[in-house]
Parts: sequence; C-alpha cells; structure tokens
Amino acid sequence: MEWISPRRLKRLGMLNMNRRNVDYIARYNERSSYPLVDNKLKTKLVVAEYGVKTPRLLQIVREQHEISHFREMAEDLEGFAIKPAKGSGGKGITVITGRDGDEYIKASGARVDAPYLERHLTNILAGLYSLAGTPDVAIVENLVQSDPDLARYSHQGVPDIRIVVFQGYPVMAMLRLATTASDGKANLHQGAVGVGLDIGTGRSLNAVQFNRPITLHPDTGLALENIEIAAWDEMLEMASRCYEATGLGYMGVDLVVDANEGPLLLELNARPGLAIQMANGCGLLPRLRAIENLKRPHFSPGERAQFAMDTFASR
Amino acid sequence: MTTRSRIPFYVAVLLLIGAGIALAIWRHVELGIPWLTGEQRPVWMVEARVDFDGTEEPVLASLNIPEQPPGFSIISEQAASPGYGFSIVENSGGRRAEWSKREVSGPQTLYFKAQFIPTDDSQPRRLVREPRPREMFWEEPQATAVREVLTQARERSSTPESMTRELIRLMQPDTRTQNTTLLVAEENYLQLVVDMLNHAGIPARTADGLRLEDARRRQQLMPFLQIYNGDQWLTFDPQTAEQGVPENLLLWRQGSESLLDVVGGDNSEVSFSMLRQTVPALQLATMQAESNGLGFLSFYELPVEEQSMFRMLLLLPLGALIVAFMRMVIGIRTSGTFMPVLIAVAFVQTTLLPGLIAFLSVVAIGLLMRGYLSSLNLLLVSRISALIILVIFITAGLSIIGYQMGFNTGMTVTFFPMVIIAWTIERMSILWEEEGVREVMIQGSGSLFVAICAYLVMSAPLAGHLTFNFPELHLVILGFILLMGQYTGYKLSELRRFSPMKVYD
Repeated sequence: MEWISPRRLKRLGMLNMNRRNVDYIARYNERSSYPLVDNKLKTKLVVAEYGVKTPRLLQIVREQHEISHFREMAEDLEGFAIKPAKGSGGKGITVITGRDGDEYIKASGARVDAPYLERHLTNILAGLYSLAGTPDVAIVENLVQSDPDLARYSHQGVPDIRIVVFQGYPVMAMLRLATTASDGKANLHQGAVGVGLDIGTGRSLNAVQFNRPITLHPDTGLALENIEIAAWDEMLEMASRCYEATGLGYMGVDLVVDANEGPLLLELNARPGLAIQMANGCGLLPRLRAIENLKRPHFSPGERAQFAMDTFASR
Repeated sequence: MTTRSRIPFYVAVLLLIGAGIALAIWRHVELGIPWLTGEQRPVWMVEARVDFDGTEEPVLASLNIPEQPPGFSIISEQAASPGYGFSIVENSGGRRAEWSKREVSGPQTLYFKAQFIPTDDSQPRRLVREPRPREMFWEEPQATAVREVLTQARERSSTPESMTRELIRLMQPDTRTQNTTLLVAEENYLQLVVDMLNHAGIPARTADGLRLEDARRRQQLMPFLQIYNGDQWLTFDPQTAEQGVPENLLLWRQGSESLLDVVGGDNSEVSFSMLRQTVPALQLATMQAESNGLGFLSFYELPVEEQSMFRMLLLLPLGALIVAFMRMVIGIRTSGTFMPVLIAVAFVQTTLLPGLIAFLSVVAIGLLMRGYLSSLNLLLVSRISALIILVIFITAGLSIIGYQMGFNTGMTVTFFPMVIIAWTIERMSILWEEEGVREVMIQGSGSLFVAICAYLVMSAPLAGHLTFNFPELHLVILGFILLMGQYTGYKLSELRRFSPMKVYD
C-alpha cells in the first residue's frame, strides 16, 4: 500500500474533500443556486439566456402517461440521450446511438427494447436517480455527434471536458474519455480516463485511470500525450459565463465538442470531484488562493478566461 | 470572512465541552454518581427491635429515630410490624416512629429498619431555637458540693468545652474528692453531669450512640454527653471526656426526651442489630437523588420503561460520533450517512455475531428478491413498499427457523429497522446495477465496519453507564462533532488516494 505524507500533499497544494466542502463549496456556493445545477432542465434554460449552448432538447417527460408519447417521438430518431433532470454523477443517463429494427443500441453496444427504455423513464419519474429520491422529470436530448478528432481517443462514449470554475475563473480542466471499464460513461471513479489539460493552451498534460498514471488509452491504445482541444479559448469563456448564469462560486462545468455545433454545455456540478488534480499532476489550492487574493476581479467572462490562460498556463 | 466568524464558534464549542464536563463533575460530587460501573459503597443497615407485653389496651409505641446523625446520612427507612398502624412523626423534640393498635395482648415485637451511609460532610444542623441552660435547684448539702466542684472546674478552664472536660475529670473515681463522692451514685452519674453543666450555665443534654460493628445483634445504646458551646452541639464521652463522635458511632438519639415510650404495654425494651452491606454506588446515588431535589436533572425519576428507552437512545450520539469520525477523518465510505448507527443499535440489542449473521442474510435474501422485483417493472414507491413487506417476511422466517433450531437470537432480528433495511437493499441493488459489485462491496463493508466499530463503543458497559447517568456528557460529544465539522485536513484515505501524486512532487 502506498501512502503520501500530508506535508507533501500540502506542498503540492492538493485540495482535499473536507476543505473543498468547508472552505469552497459551503463558502462560495449559495444554497439557493443548487436547484439550478441539480436540475438539468433548469440549467439548460438558464444558461441559454447567457449564450451558452446545450444539446437540443427533444422531449420532456413529466408524467407517467406521457411515456406513451415517448415511443411515438423516438420512432424516427436515430440517436438520443435520456437523462433524469435531477440525476447526479451521470446516474440514470442512457445514451442510444442507433437503431436495429425494434431494438435500440446503447452507447456500449448493448441492445435494448422499447419496454426497457419505458421502464427506465418510469424509474426516473419515480425519483430513483434524483438526489433525495424526490419525483423527477426525464429529458430527452439530441445525441451529441462527437468531434471526430476527440472521439477517436474515447472508447464508445462521448469524451467530455470538465472545467473547474472558481468565481468565474476557469482554474483547471481535464478531458474525460470513456473506457470499457466505465461502460461508455465519462465518470472517473467508474474507470474513465482523465487527461489533464493545460489551461493556457488546451493541450494534454498527464492521464490517469483509477487514480493511476497512464500514457496510453487502455482500449484504443492511442497515446494520450499530444491531444489538443480546438477552440480552447472559446470553451474557457463559455465555462466562465456559467458563473454569471448560476452565481455558483465553485463548480464543475462539463462541456462536449459537437462535430456540427461546436462546444456544448452538458451539465453543471456544484460539487466537482478532486480527481482532476491527479489528472493535472498539480493541486488546485494555489490557483484557488491566487483568485481569492485578486484585488480587482475581472468583470467579463472573456477577461477572466484570458487571465486564467495567462496565469495558470503550465509552461 | 470566515476567519472572523470562527472565533465565536470555537469559544462556543469550548464552552459546550467545558459545561458538559463541569456539569458531570458537579453531579458526581453532589449526587455521588460514580464514574465507573460497579463501584461499591458501604451501607449500614440498623434494625431497632422494640419488645413489650400488651395489656389488652390500645397501644401507642413511640420510638425516637435519628435525624441527621453526624457523619452519616439516612437513605431509607422502613418499619415492619404486622397489624400496627405506623407513621413517622416530626416535632420539635426530634423524629419519632409511632406504632398504634387498638387492642394488644401478649408479647409484641416491632421493628424499625434504616440504612445509613457514612458521609464526610457533617454540616451542623441549623437550630430553630437557641438552647438555654435549664434552671437547676439543689438541696443542701448537694448544693454546696455542686458549687464547690463547679468552682474547681471553672478555675481550671476557659471555654465551655474545657469546662466540660475538667468537670468530667473531677467526677472520675480516681480523682474524686469528698464533694464528688457525696454527689455521685452509679446510676445517676451522667444525669448529674448534665444537671451540673446546666447549673453552670452551659446547655447540656444526653445522647445515645450505637457502636456499629458488622453482624452484631442485641446491641444496647451507649450514653453520651452533649453540650452547646454557643454555636453547635458537641459530643463528649462521659467517662473519658474525649470530645467528638468516634468513627463508626451512630448517634441514634440526640436531645429528645426519651428513647422509647409505650402506652398500653409493659416491660418495654429496645435493642439493636446491625449489618454492614455494600451497595452499588450508582444505586445509592439514585436513592439519594430522589430525596435531594437534584433528581430532576437525571432520568431516574422517569418510569422504568422510558428509562430503558432512553438508555438506548442516549447511545446514539456515540454512534453518530463514530460515524462522523470514520467518514470525515478516516474517510471510510458508507452507504447512507447514518445507516451504520442504526445497524449498530440493532447489534446492541441482538449482540454482534447473531446480529451480523441475521443482517447479512436478510440483506442477501432481500437483494435476490429485489432482482426479481426489478424485472416486474414496478414504480419505485411500490417497489420499496413491496420490499418492506418482503423484508418483514424474511425476518419473520428467519426468526421462526432460528427458534425451531433452538437459537433464541432469531427473535431479536426484528430489532432491525425494516424500512432502513428495505432502503439499503434498494440502494445496494441500484448501486450494483450502475457501478458494479465492487462499489457495493466497498460501501457495504464500509458500512458494516463502521457499524461494528460503533457497536463496540456503544455496547461497552462504561459507555452505557456514562451516557445514561451523565447525560450532560452529550454536550461534549456535540462539541467534538462540531469541531470535526471544521476539520479541513486530509482524510486518512486521501493520503492513499493521492499517493500517485508523489511523481509530481
């Protein structure tokens, strides 16, 4: 068993769970803003007003009897994603990438029938995936057509980019690539690969899977060293804009790059995880403190993104 | 912004912890509630036996009983005397036990029992009325002799105490002069001293003491002399002039007129038996609390049923403390925040091993059945409801099987909170579907580990003793939990989780 001393972690500026909860989430995130991010439907609507694009909304299933409409709507769709509005951590998200007769093909390649999806919708409505078990709403979104440059690194699922935004400044970013182990999902604790991204350039830094450093994607075998995200400053500005939309001081912004529409916001997270530090090979604390110590904060999202690119660039 | 607001917080937490500890210490000192279980304290059980012959008349027997004897406190009193009316009467002369019966004939025996515990603090009882010396009249030639002896004693003394000592010394056979020989006869010695002291202007009276020796029967009272020195009554041995109450001497009668009055009976006499007992200190404390007025601060006055409920309930904060510590400082993942505490409470009632087996089997069977339920495509609420009923069936089944096999523990399975188990099963099976067996195992074993830790702490006899008898210690626990909520350091598990970061250091 390997251990690291608290002193070394401190030197690295690693943010830990307790400090995140007490010093950042509790201090900078207004409780009243939580419903905004905990509900994907509300997020979609509010960020749209701030010019942040999200995947197209196809249908909202609010009541049990509306599930019958779902089948009609899904009839002529190739791909779509079903999400619980109040789900967290990617729970309850089912991505359908194609059709095979009556059956739907999941992102993982598994085939499911319509009753399976209806049951899934029922579960969502009953609140199985929502945070406190409260009744929920299911939203059906257009399938994101992942940018092929990035998609080739990911196994099955759509790669997404997590950016931690502190007081409107993007402070750290990583690319999340699905693997077989993660069942096409981009959740690090399920086995997705996290690739740290240089805030200054959008180039990849290090990669981790299950908290262990790796250099090659375990499924695709591609080297993870030279990934570069296109339209990087645009993405940072988009993430930065979510601060105005929600008022959350400390959050994780999950973006995808659609082949046709460019960067889209997938969801916001008021309690972003800590693994991003391991993907980047450095701690969050120095960057968070740098922003806390700013005498004059920047007012526009563009300025903030530019400041972050200048200040937090790795080289 | 928080640096300012944290100082009052720490002060408040410190006050909370301080108040809890101070209150506990105060109650320990004041009520004598022991810190540890099983502490024993000596108790003297003294039984007064009154014998007399009835003369076919209404009888009223009145026995003087102690009231705040110095060095002791009374914790219980009871009378045993079949067919007699009994009451304790308090008047200015002291406390008296009174037995009454309409018609009595033949030999009669009445008993009065009291328990005394030795105490250190002998606060003198405040006197309602300042005692005054009685006027004495002496006939010649005694009057001259008394005057002579008293003059002699007064010359050699300065205070009422020394005067008493000198007088007693002068009255002893080896120092007797003509004057004293004239006065003293064997049977009137003590009364004579009392009379002479009163004559000299010192209030004096007799008292009766009982020498406490374990398992002695038919003891008689020993006479003692008491004088009032202007501040309090002092006790003297009338033979040796030794001042003070010897250890193991219980002053049964102080200052009242007579020890025993029997109206309507002949040949009355009183004798004493005694026994040294040891009683758990806690029991003593509870007995004292009832009479002390401090009892309202504790649970002792609640009905026993409520008491046993609180005994369980008051353990919960300990469990919560353990869970908070395990999650926030160690970093063990559990399924549900306080599920481990509830499991631990159930373990306390079932004991560990049977409880563990029962819990695991209920959850395992439940998970199997949940697998079938999920294929039925039910709504969540009805699925949980169905699961609750199934869990009840499972526990009932386990109880019956356990009983048939001769394990009594089967019955106690029911202590598990059904709804909690049902939710646990539901969550675990969802977790299983979504995150795989590994996550279920991590969280499940984490929960069980924390539950076992909490159980071990909660089932410790000392824990139960302290939480129930010193409920104010919960303020301390609260303080610790609040402090832990401020802990922003690394969890133990994070030291391992972040260990790959070594590469970048």
